[in-house]
Amino acid sequence: MATKIERDEVSGVDTTGHVWDGIKELNTPLPRWWVWIFYATIIWSVGYWIAYPAWPTLTGYTKGLLGYSSRAELETNMTAARAAQAANLDKIEAMSLVEIKADANLLQFAVAGGKSAFAVNCSQCHGSGASGAVAYPNLNDDDWLWGGTLDALQTSISHGIRDMRDDDTRISDMPAFLSDELLDKTQVAQVAEFVLSLSGSEHDAAAAKEGAMLFEENCAACHGETGQGDQEQGAPKLSNQIWLYGGDRATIVETISYSRKGMMPAWNGILDEATIKQLTLYVHSLGGGE
Amino acid sequence: MAMVQQLPDDNHFVDVKPVNKKENRQQGSALYAKRVKIHPRRVKGLFRQLKWYIMAGSLTVYYLAPWIRWDRGPDAPNQAILIDFPARRFYFFFIEIWPHELYYIAGLLIMAGIGLFLTASIVGRAWCGYFCPQTVWVDLFLVVERWVEGDRNKRIRLDRAPWSLEKMFKRAAKHSIWLLIALLTGGAWVFYFADAPKFAVELVTLHAPFVAYATVGVMTLTTYVFGGLMREQVCTYMCPWPRVQGAMVDEDTMTITYRGWRGEPRAPIRTKRSAPLPEGAPEPGDCIDCNHCVVVCPMGIDIRDGQQLECISCGLCIDACNTMMAKVGRPANLIAYDTYRRDKLKAEKSEVQETHLIRPRTLVYIGLWCLVGIAMLFALATRSTIEANALRDRNPLYVQLSDGSIRNGFTLKVRNMLPREREMILSVRGLGNSGILMPDAKETDIVVPITIKADSVLSQHFFVVAGEVGAKISAKEFTFRLMDSGDGKIIETDAIFRGPAK
Repeated sequence: MATKIERDEVSGVDTTGHVWDGIKELNTPLPRWWVWIFYATIIWSVGYWIAYPAWPTLTGYTKGLLGYSSRAELETNMTAARAAQAANLDKIEAMSLVEIKADANLLQFAVAGGKSAFAVNCSQCHGSGASGAVAYPNLNDDDWLWGGTLDALQTSISHGIRDMRDDDTRISDMPAFLSDELLDKTQVAQVAEFVLSLSGSEHDAAAAKEGAMLFEENCAACHGETGQGDQEQGAPKLSNQIWLYGGDRATIVETISYSRKGMMPAWNGILDEATIKQLTLYVHSLGGGE
Repeated sequence: MAMVQQLPDDNHFVDVKPVNKKENRQQGSALYAKRVKIHPRRVKGLFRQLKWYIMAGSLTVYYLAPWIRWDRGPDAPNQAILIDFPARRFYFFFIEIWPHELYYIAGLLIMAGIGLFLTASIVGRAWCGYFCPQTVWVDLFLVVERWVEGDRNKRIRLDRAPWSLEKMFKRAAKHSIWLLIALLTGGAWVFYFADAPKFAVELVTLHAPFVAYATVGVMTLTTYVFGGLMREQVCTYMCPWPRVQGAMVDEDTMTITYRGWRGEPRAPIRTKRSAPLPEGAPEPGDCIDCNHCVVVCPMGIDIRDGQQLECISCGLCIDACNTMMAKVGRPANLIAYDTYRRDKLKAEKSEVQETHLIRPRTLVYIGLWCLVGIAMLFALATRSTIEANALRDRNPLYVQLSDGSIRNGFTLKVRNMLPREREMILSVRGLGNSGILMPDAKETDIVVPITIKADSVLSQHFFVVAGEVGAKISAKEFTFRLMDSGDGKIIETDAIFRGPAK
């Protein structure tokens, strides 16, 4: 509470009446124009309430005469962005992959679009950095089951792998040698040793020698004589360091015994042509494209 | 004494009330006070002349500087002083500042601050009275007001007069000229941010971007309101500098000093000196209480009350008093720039010392100012025109290729600050058996040519492949080396190679 209002001798102004440790404060009047500006800001704010969304009601809020909404503004911006992209997307739809790749600006647009489509559609299996996991191929490396050329990638993405909803889906059919009783346990083990030798891994030489003959009879038809693989059939290359399910002895035995039948969705009913092309270009740009 | 034509009042006395005088304050604890309008009178003298020169000089620089040309080659703007926001460059004659060198602006601001402290400690509020844009433009607007409406007495009469055709015409003319000056001021401002000749045409033909018109509009409004309508209210109520500079004044600062020991007791000429003095009355002082110091003050205050918040140290009261002292045949400098210490000594009639303009405090300011300036000049002279930075791909951390080698992705950013293209050779050091795989290349290379365009930053993504050694790496430091194939200059940047080893 103001206790003791005094008039200061020097300036002729009243003090506020409060004293803090002997310190007093002058109560110099504010200039009147300051007050008018303050009133103006109050009137302005009332105008703001009328023009823009302002006050909550029991069930909603006052919408304002201008009908402004930040969601509507977002929608307008999104529509404008989509319209701006439409020109490029139309071009991508019309041009071939090779043609798009030749146009530097369009390629940059397509790869960026592919990257964001990848994050939404593909990263769940292939990983956020496309480096995959056990049973999900790493799209960054230079090893491809079905081919890493632009056309091969587009086909894989469009028709998927073993997606029976698509008539043209890619299918590879490796027998389950143990459960189909084509080989017995010992034979499977021998083949496994031979497979290990193909990639230069540590192996049992004697067993591998036995396995070589079995391999030639049972496996070479798809995987090739030297295990070089066959992208036409989706047969992996066994003579390199990349293993989709694991390159250790136990895993190879398991693969030979029970086979592997991985599945990838066919995207041509789900994503439009332009998006699939963008995904193709994106995956091709990751460093292992052929 | 000679009769002087421009003093219409009797015996040199002017009836004027200082706005902040004790007796003139609103009584009672009113919350708000009406503004007291002041009508500063014209004055002639040394400090007025100084203010004209400074005004002419600073306004010339402000309005004309954007039009100065400086050739930087065909691809760069040719305006000497240009803040190019779209291209992110600041040009000042031969100096070109990039956004990452914004600390130069910080340095300049620090020097400006220290310079102000130095000025404040030597001559008090000289900035306020001579250089501040508010003072310069209020002065300019007062010139216009005097030209249209006449000097003080005519202006007061016009204020009191009822509205007539003549009054409307004069007021309209005055405000129109003010608005025109304000428009030119706002217009000049935007020319610092775009190429002046081209931009001027765009502005006039209404092809400039909206933000340009908005900026000119805001500047016009503020110049008109602050310079024409608000004037001294800005200094008294809005600006923090009076308070800051006021606090920086000490006993050795040259401030505007009324020499009370000489001037008091005041003896108005009309109650004249020819009459015999009563017994024991003190000898009258030099101050004839003509109030001219008050009437020419742009802030409307009385310097004879001593230093006060409102005084902007412009020195016009000195000119006014000296004019009067000459007319009544008394020595000049009844009001003068002097220090508190010397004034006190003179009042006591003691021996007066030198002004301590150079003292420890001012030396520290000068020293700091020079230090910052020299540091900036040094940095400017020795800065490198090329710099590289390597950013490793974070996801995936590394990729194992089919032959077992390990691959990392990098984005190399190379900044070329020269106005010409640079061709460089990129290589990897410290990573043993490794190579660089450029996008769309089929094989790795040990060295790769890279071209960076003039005055730009190159962002290049590529892969580094480490052969057999890669599988054993967990995290290995290495360097990228770039060698200019023209002048052989080498720059390096560190990077880390990640591999599968634990």
